[in-house]
Formats: sequence, structure tokens, C-alpha cells
Amino acid sequence: MSEQVVATEQDLLLSRFPEVVKPDERKGYDGYIVDAKALLDFAKTLRDDLGYDYLSSVTGVDYLPEGKMEVVYHAYKTTGGAPLVFKVQVPRENPVVPSLVSIYPGADFQEREAWDLLGIKFEGHPNLKRILMWEGFHGHPLRKDWHEPYYEEEHKPYKSRWPEGKAFRAEDRNPFGKNVDYPAGFDPAKWTPDISDALIYEGLGRIDKPRDDLPTEQIIVNLGPQHPSTHGVFRMVVTLDGETIVDLEPVMGYLHRNHEKIGERNTWLMNMPFTDRLDYLSPMSNNFGYALAVEKLLGVKPPERAEYIRVIMAELTRIQNHIFAIGMFLNDMGAFFTPSLYAIEERELILDVFEAVAGSRMMVNYFRFGGVARDIPEDVMKKIHDLAFERLPRRIDELDRYLTNSEIVRARGEGVGVLPAEKAIAFSAAGPVLRASGVPYDVRRAEPYGIYDRFDFDVAVRYHGDVYDRYLIRMDEVRQSIRIIQQALKQIPEGPIMTGKPQYQHRVPPGESYGRVEGPKGELGFYVVSNGKGNPWRYHVRAPSFINLTALAEMTRGHKVADIVVILGSIDIVLGEVDR
Amino acid sequence: MSTDDLNSPEYKDKIPEELQGTVAITTLDRIYNWGRRNSLWPMMFGLACCAIEMICTAAARFDFARFGMEVMRSSPRQADVMIVAGTVTKKMLPQVVRLYNQMADPKYVVAMGACASGGGPFKEGYNVVSGIDKYLPVDVYIPGCPPTPQALIYGLMKLQQKVDKQSIKEVYSNAGKEIPIPVLGPDIMDPRDYEKIREYTLKKAEAEAQAATAAESAQSA
Amino acid sequence: MDGTGILKGLAVTFKRMLDTYIDDFKRGKKRYYTEEGIRYRQSAEVKGIFTVQYPDEKLPVPEEFRFVPFLVYDEGPNGERKDRCTACGICSKVCPAQCIWIKRATNPKTGRPIPHSEEFYIDIDMCMNCGLCAEYCPFDSIKMDHDYELATYDRHRDNILNKERLLKPASYYAQIRPLNYAREEEAKRQAEEAKRKAAEARAKRMAARKKAAPPKKEDKS
Repeated sequence: MSEQVVATEQDLLLSRFPEVVKPDERKGYDGYIVDAKALLDFAKTLRDDLGYDYLSSVTGVDYLPEGKMEVVYHAYKTTGGAPLVFKVQVPRENPVVPSLVSIYPGADFQEREAWDLLGIKFEGHPNLKRILMWEGFHGHPLRKDWHEPYYEEEHKPYKSRWPEGKAFRAEDRNPFGKNVDYPAGFDPAKWTPDISDALIYEGLGRIDKPRDDLPTEQIIVNLGPQHPSTHGVFRMVVTLDGETIVDLEPVMGYLHRNHEKIGERNTWLMNMPFTDRLDYLSPMSNNFGYALAVEKLLGVKPPERAEYIRVIMAELTRIQNHIFAIGMFLNDMGAFFTPSLYAIEERELILDVFEAVAGSRMMVNYFRFGGVARDIPEDVMKKIHDLAFERLPRRIDELDRYLTNSEIVRARGEGVGVLPAEKAIAFSAAGPVLRASGVPYDVRRAEPYGIYDRFDFDVAVRYHGDVYDRYLIRMDEVRQSIRIIQQALKQIPEGPIMTGKPQYQHRVPPGESYGRVEGPKGELGFYVVSNGKGNPWRYHVRAPSFINLTALAEMTRGHKVADIVVILGSIDIVLGEVDR
Repeated sequence: MSTDDLNSPEYKDKIPEELQGTVAITTLDRIYNWGRRNSLWPMMFGLACCAIEMICTAAARFDFARFGMEVMRSSPRQADVMIVAGTVTKKMLPQVVRLYNQMADPKYVVAMGACASGGGPFKEGYNVVSGIDKYLPVDVYIPGCPPTPQALIYGLMKLQQKVDKQSIKEVYSNAGKEIPIPVLGPDIMDPRDYEKIREYTLKKAEAEAQAATAAESAQSA
Repeated sequence: MDGTGILKGLAVTFKRMLDTYIDDFKRGKKRYYTEEGIRYRQSAEVKGIFTVQYPDEKLPVPEEFRFVPFLVYDEGPNGERKDRCTACGICSKVCPAQCIWIKRATNPKTGRPIPHSEEFYIDIDMCMNCGLCAEYCPFDSIKMDHDYELATYDRHRDNILNKERLLKPASYYAQIRPLNYAREEEAKRQAEEAKRKAAEARAKRMAARKKAAPPKKEDKS
């Protein structure tokens, strides 16, 4: 039946847009290639007539050999199902694409990112500025012909390492002894300092008040990047009228560590430990998403036992992420550190499991293409058992008792930072933020990956869309995760944990692939393009924390300044993933 | 005179016999350092992954309150240790240097993890500062990616040992010196390097022009 | 309202504190500074105080724990060192941070490469402790260390490890990773056994063929 649906969909799209929409017929590719002129109409049809109301990912690919830039969109139905992929191809010299922000507001930050890193102009974007780098930075770094100051070779492994390796520090080969490079003819004396801030301040909204109202001055306040409640190096520029928030703009990039550029220099396997450092609070989920994306291209499937281990690890990750998030969220609410201490205690016990199985508390590097790196030892299995059947359920109940009906949590959470369902979908919010707004969308259910279709669990959903509901959702999800782990522990079979021989060089067939998992922060997607060589041609991360921030301004407007940190805490961002 | 000499009988015996049970002698350096060493207040300043391990070090299991470090201050004015926990990016660097300048003397910097020490796995990245020691004086480097909480505590103990060995004069000799704040240009620019940058870009422009004319003449020929 | 929330909160923390004393009372002196006590504090049934008082007591690291890599050498009967590395370069090729440099040794007479590393460097300011080098080393030569106490005052001097600093004896490896060591030794023994058996079988076959073949043939050749 589903094939039929796809067929009719295709017929409809192709008949409605003759000439300008063609199926993508490159080998290993999928979806449609849309003419730039027809993009807006095409997107409108998708959203209004076909039900693809959720634009998950927008990214660009630089096809240097063909002289083309391609913008890739992944759209979903919030009722579940496979993605619809569509692409726009534009010449590399002058890449201009119409902006989709008017149809899918969730494209806002992602288009800005594509402009910043690839230099693709989005016509009609309301606020097309750099987002991760600063205004004035030379070049668009993700372009294939752009080289970083420490550039050594196009791809790893570098030839200088073996067989004639002599240790050196890259800075010793740089004329400045630092990781810097300047364009020819540049004169620092003539440089007008960074204009990013001025642009931000200019762009902020203000309100005009009637004359007879109390005359108050509207001021601009910077929160961050060094701020105890921004969960890292994140900055928010806020216009305040008295204590009320008039407008807010998130500023990021303070932890932009060039994950994607490095990822395209790396071999396929080398990216695995790098994914740990994306959302460093939930490394196993990151591993999972990347492994899925590459396994799709390779066409391998992990053995049964490995599938179960993956699920157990991914759910343990979710638990430790959520309890940490709850602890930190209480911090933001003013219950300084005591709830965090209790939460971190449970997290430590889960980290012990990771350390014993994978070797590191945080940077697990545990998944391999076609399996996992190590089996779970007997004694650790027992500990997971103890945790899942005894300690964690008890402790979650305890936390629930302490916190859920606490005066502070209720008073500061209820009715604050409301995001209605239709707006949550429009802004491409994901994970707990989306589900707290009444949209029961969970990738584990909507498009099951791994063996999630075998488990009995509920998709947590709440309907108020406020801060308090986002807190409750996390509590609910921890309980569901425990349920999944309990089932997995009962069902896990003996057997191998790896399909085929472990290998470190992978010949990945050419093509594209999008692997997505329900990470603790939301839908985590990896878009990879292979050209048949040992390294990914394009490696893009659809980071849920990053895209969830698109809705931040919407949520905060009209609230008091003290609510900002609470609202931000309820989104639960990790800067490693926001900035990558 | 080293502080250890004070324990020798030569000095001890100079204390009158009836006071030996109640009087202890020390040097000013020593008692001053004892106080400083046991009340190092880190700044609540996390950059990346290592910051999570730093939070875990502050939490119940490892608890660096046992070293007098539990008061993590969010304001640099009240802190005397900056634990650079994570990758320093070029965009963040001006803020990091400014925070350092705002800290009260005597101040210390701990580079926690591979990234803060030398760029770590992200070293080759275009927005990454390969080692904070290019801009700030670092006292202790802690390798690891990330260092476990125990490794961090070991590093902080190393810092305490360092504090112990300093003399008051040494401590305040560098007081009040500010580090020029880097500027975001086409790439990060250290104000002290302006001359060098100009030379470099001029040379680069000349080389490019030469290459262009060479290519032109080759084409016309 | 009316402050019951605060009272409730205080009751929670008070209960935690009581838990500690109850547990102390129940378990007596064994609770602190003993292996058993630390194991209890790592288990799922721990209550009350949770702190491991590094450096007086150390949280034991599990066998699979990884910090920076080291090289394994076997000790000969007379104490000579025979390092296992054959300079095949797999570790340096698989290293995501590209922090391993290997110089392959050559035979001084012929100039041909020989399976031995002349120099071996690891820059621990770049190392991300991912363990891929150890995982893919076919000779069990590079392994991940458990020693996390590596903080230094000078990274430029201390943090590029050369062969001298990387080499550690196989007995150390056996001590930190007993299960892995036993498994690898067993695999090696089996491989050798199989080799020996194969060689024996081949010898037998050859002998049998010799017997079967007429002696004339030998003359011909």
C-alpha cells in the first residue's frame, strides 16, 4: 500500500510541476530535484496538500567537480513515515536559492548556517547573517576549495605520519605560530572592528508604546556568552522594556569547532569518536545516528545481540541525559545545585556502566558499522539489571516526589514559555519540546529504526506546551526508557556483536543517506554523501539543540527577564551540538 | 632560606623551652600560601565537554569542596583560578582573555583537557585556538579527552603544589598586567601582531600578483 | 504556599544526611578507605554519602578504561626489551586526530624497510583517547593506559611522548587489563598451535609424498 501512496504522490508532484521537478536519478540518490524558480510553490504543495508539515533538515552540498551547489531538504509528516527529500541545484559561482522561511519558519537558522559555511544566498530570508562565524570572517569554510590555516592534505590519513613520521606541531609551521591565516593585501590598521554586534542590535524588535503610557526606556541586555545559566557558551541579546522581554536573538558559534569540515577530512570510521563530542551528554545516541546513516549506505545490518545492546545503551543515555537536564533545569529555577547533586549521583552510576563497557565515561566511541565495539561483560550486565529494575525506578519516583509538586517548579513553570502545537511544528522543534506541545512525534515510533518496533512503550506527550510540561515530559520519558531497558534485558539473546570482520577502511558505495534517531534532545540526523572514496564527501549533522533554538525568541517574548534562563533550561541545549 | 629549613633544630631550639609546646614558627610566605592554597576559588566557566566533567568534579562523588574549591564564582572578579574546560574557539577568545583580565590577582589558569592545552582533536579546525597558552599564561596542563574528575583533581593538586612554592614577591610581580584583547578580523588578530600581519599579507599579495602576471605571460606566449 | 515547600526541601536533605550516619553505623569502619567500601559506593544500593575521597582513596577504573595510549614490550629472559611494534602504521592511519607519528626503521645495509619502528611519537595534546589505535593494532602492541595522573607544568616539554616514554612492559599490561591479556595470550597460543600443527601436517604430507613417489624422479630433477 505504501508503494502506491508514494506512486500517487510522485504522480501528483510531477504532473503539477512538469519540467521544473524531476526525480533525482543519480545512483544512490533519492527524491526530487526542483528548479529554484518553482521551489516556493513546490514547498507549499508539500505542506498544504501532501501533509509534509515538518521540515526537518536543510543543508547544502558543494559539488565542486560539477561546479554546482545543492541545497538538500528533508521533510516529514508529523503523523509518521519516511522523509521526502528534495533538492535545488544552483551554479557554484552565484548560488541563489529562494528562502523557505515564509513556509517553514524552522528553516531560519539552517539557511543562515548554509549561508555562513557554504555561501549560499537565500533570497527573501528576513535575517540572512552569519550564524556560527562572525561577520567579516574571510570566506565560506565548508566550500571544498577553502583551506584552513593548518591545512595539510585533502584527506586523512596524512602522509607525514607514516612511514617517515617525525613529530611536529602544526603551529610551528605557521608564520604566526598560531592557527591563523589572513587574506592577501589585508591591512589590520584599516580594519573596522567586528560589526556583528551592531547588526544584531539593529535587527532587534522594539515596540512603540502609546504616549500616555508610563515612559520606560527600552534597553538591550546581553546574556552570555559567559553566564552561569546558559549551559555553556551561548549568548542571548535581549531588548527589555522594564523587565519584560520585547525581543530576543540567540547568538551562537562560540563553540563552533568545525565538526563538519573535520568530518569531511576524516575517514568514515574516524568520525565515530568525533560524534561523541557533538552532544557530549548523550554520546551513545550520536553514535547510533551516525552508524545508521553509514550502515544504510554500506548495506550491513548488525546482529541481534548488537541491536539489543544498542537499544540498552541508547536508552541509558537518554536516562542520564534527562536526569542531568532536570537537575540543571532546577538550577536555573533557583534551586541551586542540590537537585543537581541528586541527579548527578544517578548519572554517575550510569556513567560507570559506560566506562566499564565502552572505556570512557563520556566519549564512548562504542558503535561500529555493523555492530558494537565490545560485548557487555557479565558483571556489568548485572549492574545494568540492578539499575533498571531497582535503583532507577525508585530514584525517579523519589525525584518526582521532591520536585514535581514543588512550589518553585510549579510557580515558575506553569504557563511560562508556551509554544503551541502548530508553532512547534512550524519551527521544526523536536524531541521533548515538540512532544510537550501536544504533538506525539517520536522517531522511534514514527519511523522505527534498529529494533524499536519490538518494544512496548508509550510516546510521552503533554499538551500545555509550557516549561512545566517540558519538565514532565522528561520524567515520563525516563520511565519509558526504563521500561524499554527492562524488556531488552529480558529478551537479549547470546551471539556475535559484529557483522563481518572489524575493519578500519570502508569502501562506501556512492550515494546519499540520512540516518536519524530520537536523541534525548530530539531528532538527531546525519546526512552523509559518499563519492565512493574512503572519506565522506559531505557530512552534515541535523542538530536538534540548534534547531530547537529557532523557537526561543517566540517562547520568551512577553515574559519577564528572569524567565529567560528557565525557558532556555527547559529546551535543554548542549552547546557542542548547537555550534558543532 | 627555604621554608623547610625552619623545621631544623637550629631554629626550633631558639624558641624558649617553656613556649615550645605553644609556639610554632613559620615564614610569611608559608602561612600566606597555606591560606591561598586552601581557598582557590575557580570561576564557573565551562566551554565544552570538559565542563561537564568539571561539574561532576564539583558534585557529590568527587567533591572538590574537600580542597576548599567549592565556591565556584560566576563573576571573574571573585575568582582566582580559571579552569579552561574545553575547546577555545576564535569567536570566544576575546571573551576568555577579557575574563582573565578581570580576575583578581594572583590568578591562575588551568588548561583542562587536550583542547585547551593544544587544540586537541579539533586542532586543525578553522575556528579553533590551538592551545590557550598562546594567549594566556597557563600554570597546569591536564591531558585527556576529557580528563576524568580524578585527573582534574590531580591537576588541581599540582596547582596547589605550585602555589605552595611561590613567594609573595613573585606572586605580585606580575599583578595588574593586562593582556591585549584579540580582535576578530578576517581571522583572529592579536593586537601585538599587527606589524607582522601587515608584512605577511603584503608579501602574500605580491606573490599572488607575480603568479598572476606569470600565468598571463604564459597564456599570451 | 505558606512555606511548606521549603520545609519539605529541608526534610529531603536532612534525610539524606541521616542516611549517611545510619549507613556509617551499619557498616562501621569498613565504609571508608577500604576496597570493599569503595565497591559499595559504586554499587546500585549505595545510600547516604557517595564521595570517593581522592587522593586518599581512588575510584578503581574498569578494565576497559582508556586514557592515553602506550606501547607494549615483551621482556626477554635476560631482561632485554623486545617491543612488539612492527611499524605497520595502522594505528597512525586509523587515528582520528592524527596524533601518531611513526618512523619505520630500515636495514642500514640494504636500505629496505624492516618491521620495526625507529621512532614513535604521540602528541597527547591532540589525542582524543578514542582507543581506535589499540582496537585495530594487529600485533597487540599499542594499548590504552589506565594512568590518568598526567598533569604537567609544561606541555611543550612533556606532552609529545616519544618511544622512551611510551614503552611499558607486558607485565604492566597484564596487570591493568588481565582479561584482555589472557584472551590475547590464549589466541596467540592457539595460533601458534595451529601453525605448529599445520607445519607438522605439511611435513607428514611431504614425507608421505616422498615415500610414494618413485626415487627416479629425484634423479631427473
